[in-house]
Parts: sequence; C-alpha cells; structure tokens
Amino acid sequence: MKGNSNSPGSNGNILILTYLISAVFVLLIGYLVWFIEARSENALNNSYNARLEHLSDKVIRGKILSNDGRVLAQTLTGEDGTETRIYPYGSLFCHAAGWSTRGKTGVEDLANFYLLSSHDNLAEKVLRELMDEKDPGDDVVTTLDVDLQQTAYDALGDRKGAVVVMEVDTGKVLAMVSKPEFDTNQINVLWDSLVSGDAGEGLLLNRAAQGVYPPGSTFKTLVLLEYIRENPEDYKNFHFDCNGVYQYGEYTIRCYHSTVHGSQNLEQAFANSCNGAFASMGLELNHAKMKSLAEEMLFNKEQPLSIPYSKSTFALEDGASDWEVLQTSIGQGGTQITPVHNLMITAAIANEGNLMKPYFIDHVINASGETGQEFLPESWGSLMSGEEAGILAGMMELVVTDGTGSALRTEAYRAAGKTGSAEFETGKESHAWFTGFAPAEDPKIAISVVVEEGGSGGREAAPIARAVFDTYFVKQAQKEN
Amino acid sequence: MTTLIIEISKYFMILLMAFYTYFNFRFFSYQDLEDKKAVCGRQNQAMFLIHLLAFLVIYLKSQEEAVIGFYLAQVVFFVCYIGGFRLLYRNVSRLLVNNTAMLLCVGFIIQTRLSIEKGQALAGKQFVVAALAAAISLLLPFIMDRVWQLSKIPWVYGLGGLVLLTAVWMKGNTSYGAQLSLSLGGASFQPSEFVKITFVFFTAAMFYHSTSFRTVCVTTAAAAAHVLVLVASKDLGGALIFFTTYLFMLFVATSNWVYLGTGVLSGSVAAVAAYYLFSHVRIRVEAWANPWADIDNRGYQITQSLFAIGTGGWFGSGLFQGMPYKIPVVEKDFIFAAIFEEMGGIFAVCVLLICLGCFIQFMMIASKMRAAFYKLIAFGLGMVYITQVFLNVGGVVKFIPSTGVTLPFVSYGGSSVFSTFFLFHIVQGLYILKRNEEEEDEGEF
Repeated sequence: MKGNSNSPGSNGNILILTYLISAVFVLLIGYLVWFIEARSENALNNSYNARLEHLSDKVIRGKILSNDGRVLAQTLTGEDGTETRIYPYGSLFCHAAGWSTRGKTGVEDLANFYLLSSHDNLAEKVLRELMDEKDPGDDVVTTLDVDLQQTAYDALGDRKGAVVVMEVDTGKVLAMVSKPEFDTNQINVLWDSLVSGDAGEGLLLNRAAQGVYPPGSTFKTLVLLEYIRENPEDYKNFHFDCNGVYQYGEYTIRCYHSTVHGSQNLEQAFANSCNGAFASMGLELNHAKMKSLAEEMLFNKEQPLSIPYSKSTFALEDGASDWEVLQTSIGQGGTQITPVHNLMITAAIANEGNLMKPYFIDHVINASGETGQEFLPESWGSLMSGEEAGILAGMMELVVTDGTGSALRTEAYRAAGKTGSAEFETGKESHAWFTGFAPAEDPKIAISVVVEEGGSGGREAAPIARAVFDTYFVKQAQKEN
Repeated sequence: MTTLIIEISKYFMILLMAFYTYFNFRFFSYQDLEDKKAVCGRQNQAMFLIHLLAFLVIYLKSQEEAVIGFYLAQVVFFVCYIGGFRLLYRNVSRLLVNNTAMLLCVGFIIQTRLSIEKGQALAGKQFVVAALAAAISLLLPFIMDRVWQLSKIPWVYGLGGLVLLTAVWMKGNTSYGAQLSLSLGGASFQPSEFVKITFVFFTAAMFYHSTSFRTVCVTTAAAAAHVLVLVASKDLGGALIFFTTYLFMLFVATSNWVYLGTGVLSGSVAAVAAYYLFSHVRIRVEAWANPWADIDNRGYQITQSLFAIGTGGWFGSGLFQGMPYKIPVVEKDFIFAAIFEEMGGIFAVCVLLICLGCFIQFMMIASKMRAAFYKLIAFGLGMVYITQVFLNVGGVVKFIPSTGVTLPFVSYGGSSVFSTFFLFHIVQGLYILKRNEEEEDEGEF
C-alpha cells in the first residue's frame, strides 16, 4: 500500500505532539507531588473523611500542649488497653482545647488529623508493627498560654461570658475562655445533663466565637471611623452639649445612668462614651456607607477563623427609621457581634489596620520531639488604613487615660481600649464589654471581654482586661531578666 | 504475622513496580535484540511476583478458598495471553503485550480487593470479559495483515459510528446524568467505546485518500457531528476524546498549523460556551474549582477521592488497610484513587508512567509506518488512549474537572475492556505488519 497523502512533516509533528503530551503528564505528576507534600494534610482534616476514625485503630491520639509545652490533653492507655483522654487542667481549657469523644471541638477538632498521625522514626514503627502495638500520635503545640488563660478564667469568676486574647502582629490566640464551662474529663458522665434542655446555660457553646451580643458602645469605634471618613477635614471640630438625656423628636437616648457629660469635643465624647453625642453623629452619617464600612469590618461576612463561629450582623439599611439609626449608632439595634470578632477589629486597629488571622496551632512535633509542620502568621488583609488605625488607637488610649477605661490606668504600661454596656432586654443588667490592647505605643496583645449581665463595661469588664495585661507584662519582664 | 506480611509485601510490590516501569523506558535505549528480550523477560517476572504477593495478601485478609482458584485462573490466563501472542505472531511487540498484562493485573488485584469488601462479583465478571476480549481480539493482527481494503470504506465507519451514537442519545440508559449505554438482550454495552475506534478509522481513511480543503471540510463536519451527539448525551469525556483526537489527526495528516490553531481556538470558544449554556458542564467545573463548598453533593466524590489519595500517601496503606470503597463509583471512574490509597502513590504513578509508555510506543509505531492510512490509525488510536488516561487520572486527582471516563484495562467495565483490547491489538497488528515487511526487505538484500 502506498501513501499518497503522507504529508512531509508528519513524523516531526508526531514527535512534537509526543513531547507535548509527555510534558502534560509530567505536570500532572508534579501536581500530585505538590498535593501530597503540601496540601493533603490540610485537606484530610475534615469531618467528612471517614478514614480519620480509622486512624485511631493504629495510633494513640497525641498530646495537646500549651505554648510552653505543658500538657493540656493526653491519652493514657490502661493495662487492658482502654484509652482515656485526660485534661490535666480540668475545666480551664474546656472550650479552647475542646473534647474528642462526643464529637470534636476546639483544638481537638482543629488538630484531629495531626494527633492521629504518627511521624515517629520508621525503624520503631516497623518494630511496633511486629509487636502489634499502636504508634504514638504526633503532639500539637498550641499558641495557648496557661498563665493568661488562668488569669482570664479566674477574673471572669462565676459570671457568664467570654475572654479572648491574641498577639496583634501574629494572630496567635493566647487565651480563650468561655463560661459557663465544665470539666472535660467528666464529659461522658455529664453528657446527658449537658445536652438536656433545662441546663439552658449553653455549656457546650464556645461563647468567645459562637456567642452573639449587641456590641454596645464598643461599636462607637466604627461609628467614629465613619464620621472621620465623611468629615476628613473638620472631624476635630465636632462638638456636643450633653445633659444626660438626648431628645430627638419623640425619641430619647440616655447616657449610661443618665450621666451629664456637659460640653464634649470628639475625643471626650468617645472617652466618656457619650451616647447623645454618638446618636446625633449617627443621624448625620450616610447610612449606605456606614453599612459598607461595617461589612468591610466583616459584619454579615465569613470571618478568617478556623474554629466554628457565628457570623456578626449589621442590619441598618439606607432609609432606616430614625430610631434604628439612633440605636445603631450606640451599638444597639439589630447589630450583633461575637467577642472574637470584636477582638479582630481591635487587633487590626492596634496593628496599623492589618488583620492577622487568629490561629491556635503553632507547630506539630513527633513522639521524639522533632518538629514537623509549622504554622506561620498569615495576614488576612487591611481592615482600614494605617492612618485611620492610628487615629482610632490614639482615641482609645484617651478612653483609658481620661475616660471610662480608668481600670487600666497604671504606671507599668500604657493601655488603650473601649468599654461598652450593651442593653439587650428591658429590666436586665446590660452586658459589660471591654476591647483593648497594650502597650499603646507598640501594641503586642489585644483582648476582648464580655460579661453577660455584668452591668458597666468600665467597672466589670475592664478589670478583667487589666488582670490579663498585668500577667502578660509580668511574664514579659521575667523573660527579659 | 499477617500484618507483617501485608506491610512487607506492600514495599516489595512498590519496588517491583518501580523496576517494571524502569525497564519499560530503559527498553528503548537497548539496540541489541537479545538485551531487549532479556528486559521483557524480567518484566514478566516482576509482574507475576506482584500478582502473587497481592493475592497472598488478599487471601490472608479474606480467608476465602475461592481466592486461590481465582488467582490460578488468572495465572493461566496471563501465561496463555503472553505465550499465545508470541506463538501466533513471530514479530510481536513484547513491550505492548507486557504492558497490557501488567495493567490488567493491577486492575484484577484492586477489583478483587473491592469486590471482596463489597460482597460483589465484579472482579470475576471483569476477568471473564477480559479473557473473552483477549481471545477474540487476538485475531485482529491477522485481519490487519490480510484485509487491505480497510481504507476503502470511510463512510461505513463514519455513518456506522454516528448511527450508534445517535441511538444511545435517543434510547440510551442514563447513568450519573449521562446517556452512555444501550441494552441488548439483557447485557448493556457502551457504543461510544467502540465508536472511538471506528472514528479513528474513518478519519484515517478520509485523509488517506485526500487532504484537500474540501475533504478536510467534509471530514470536520462529520467529526463535529460525532462530538455534538456526545455533548447532547452529556458524555463530556467522550466528546473531549473525539475532539482532541480529531484535531491532532488533522494536524498530523496535513501538517497545517492554521488548522491546528483554528481548532484549538474554536475548541476553547466551544468550551466556554458550553460552560455558560449547559448546567451539567457548570456543575462539573464548580465541583472541581471548590469541591469543599458543596461536600455533601457535588463535591462528595472528588473530596472522598482526595481523602483516599492523601491518606494513602507515597507508600499507601496496604491492601485492605484503607477505605477506597467510600468513594462512589470507585471501581469504574475512580479506580486510580483506590490504587493510590492502598498500593501507594509511587505504585500509582508507575501505573501512569506505564500508560504513558504505551502511548510513546504507539507514537513510535506511527512514525515507522510508511503508509499514511496506517500511520494515522496508530497515531489516532494512541491519541484516543492517552486522552482517556489523562481525563481519567486528571479528574480523579482534581487536576482537571472530572469527566467520567474509565482508565483503560484497569477500570471495571466490559465495553471499556473490549474496546481497549481492540485498540491495542490493532496497533499490535500494525507493528507486526511493519516488522514482517522489514524482514522481507532484509531478505531481499
């Protein structure tokens, strides 16, 4: 048979195509290498992965450690081979370390795959394979600090609420307390009462990330930012005469306990948390812009958190009624926020507007103590410009030096923050809020505190922040010596 | 003790597979015929050892006597296939025969393991179909040698193929949202698997007679009709295979870069248009772009596949140590993930390299063919094969959106095994033809 249409370059072209397709396969294999080496561990730690449960047949769940190596959770194997998960600190790390037997929460959930993977040396693994023994899982070193956690836990006492603390320039979460809490060692004994309705206390709920509260006066920080954005030239000329009760048409806005603040400029109105001043300011603002600012601050949006959380809501629309505007401007109305979200906003202000993603796992070590995967700080992006953050940070320092944040006045360091007393139901005490950071001149840590039905933020929440900051700076001083 | 055997044989199988794959490429560097023969012999040894180890593990884990019988039947089959080919045809490409056996062997191992877990008889059915297909298609090289009129009937291939595809589109059984198969006397078969081959014959016959602009237009119109019917049946993988194959065959037949450029361009435009026009295309792309967002539904299969691959890692969990059965349709489209999970990433990549090796062998045969008709057939079938491998594996590992095609010789599926045997043995026939011709030439001088 003779080829009459065998084009002259056809063999050359076949060669080119063979190379081309081989190159595509090399890419495909390269992708597989990348997936196995870099991506698969993140992908595997998923509750839809049935293989994770399977892993515990061959691996003893690893330890959860604090940032200085103290054991927060470990598994002990009895002589009969039964495994018990022990939490040496009892209820202290209840929601932060979480639990692993009745569903998984906290770090137990986040680090599930690492805790159930063993990167012990191969020889020992083979040896144990021969003896039919389980391998020790990897340990997870968290960012959590036992002393700060203890301080926050003690300071909150028997009250319901939450405290979250993080490093502003890394996003490392140093402490996360939610109350009421329970001893996670007892989870199997307590379980029925924990899930039964009459507890009504929401013991299983991590209030730090899942509790939604009206932000109260802590929201004034964002109203202030919007006011500055709309009046870049003359925001400093703001002036308001407060007689304790602000009348607008038929509506009345009272300052906390109807305190008369008198003549107020912008700094004073913010430092004293003058409701009248902010309500009148709110009426002047462009509400569509206010809403888009709130959404830039992650209200109504997904948040960069690895633990389960509730979304914060901001409801004010263009054309809302005056009453809604007045309420929203002082952090009431339809606005709802979680403590950890308030922390992220505060930490961004302290970090020149740049929000670092909060994280809980610092690195993973194998049974012989060699470091495996490490987690580095990651920036989420800017919530506001550095200049704006600087102005707000300055105003927040005045809250401590001249206003409602007096509980944090100290010679030891300069703190900054904002108090809040958020009303949520007539006839009940307001929720007490404090969000802040220190040192004001070079911020290191930020905190968010909410005390349910605590009353005044300045009197009830701010002292908790003070206690945590004190502990932090004492520890820093000890480290330097 | 069982655990130890499983563990050790896992590493041995990986090692043997790596050896086998290495020889697959090393082969080409030997000039001497004796060396080549030696390499192929070692490949056979490696394959039978892998087969033995795997079935030892399967027997230890399942404790079923039937496994031993099944194993022996497979050994007999492999011996007959490899030996029979060489007995019937003197100048056979041993490398292709070996690779066929190896891919089938990997398929039998993983299918048996899955069938035992699920309590199904799929592996047994697969084995019977494969043996039957091997026996029937063993005659193909003979036919290729004797029936030279094959190039004379392009429109028999073209119209026949189109009629079959259209019948599937109109009357086909729907599975996973696509019309793929026809029921015939109780058995169902997938015509598109066979139309791939007739389509290559059609294109080769058309361009063998002429590569004039007019012929190109007519052939392109017929090719487009094939692709459109497949798109209408929602068989996206099939459509892509036909499109790519045609485009490259056109290019090789004409050496015309303008045709290639126009084809790539219009293909891209069509892909984008399909994305906006058809919801089932969008679903596939979205399930690929972010399967985690809809992990309960559309993302379920691919995320389960990624769990399998990630948990298996480079060395795998060992047979019966993983959960490949958690992946929907694992024995067909997602078989590669099962191999990856239990036999290891290195083993799975070797399987991929063996497939690539087959393709390269096809291309070498295509280059050596002097007659354009045969050249185009070898090249076209190679394109069909490698595109299918790429679509399958790429989809399983989330390199590209999943298009629902099988991995030839490894996936479960009668039509797939049959058509792959046809495809390989037609190319084998061309190789034998060429070698016989060369020998005659040598004899003349």
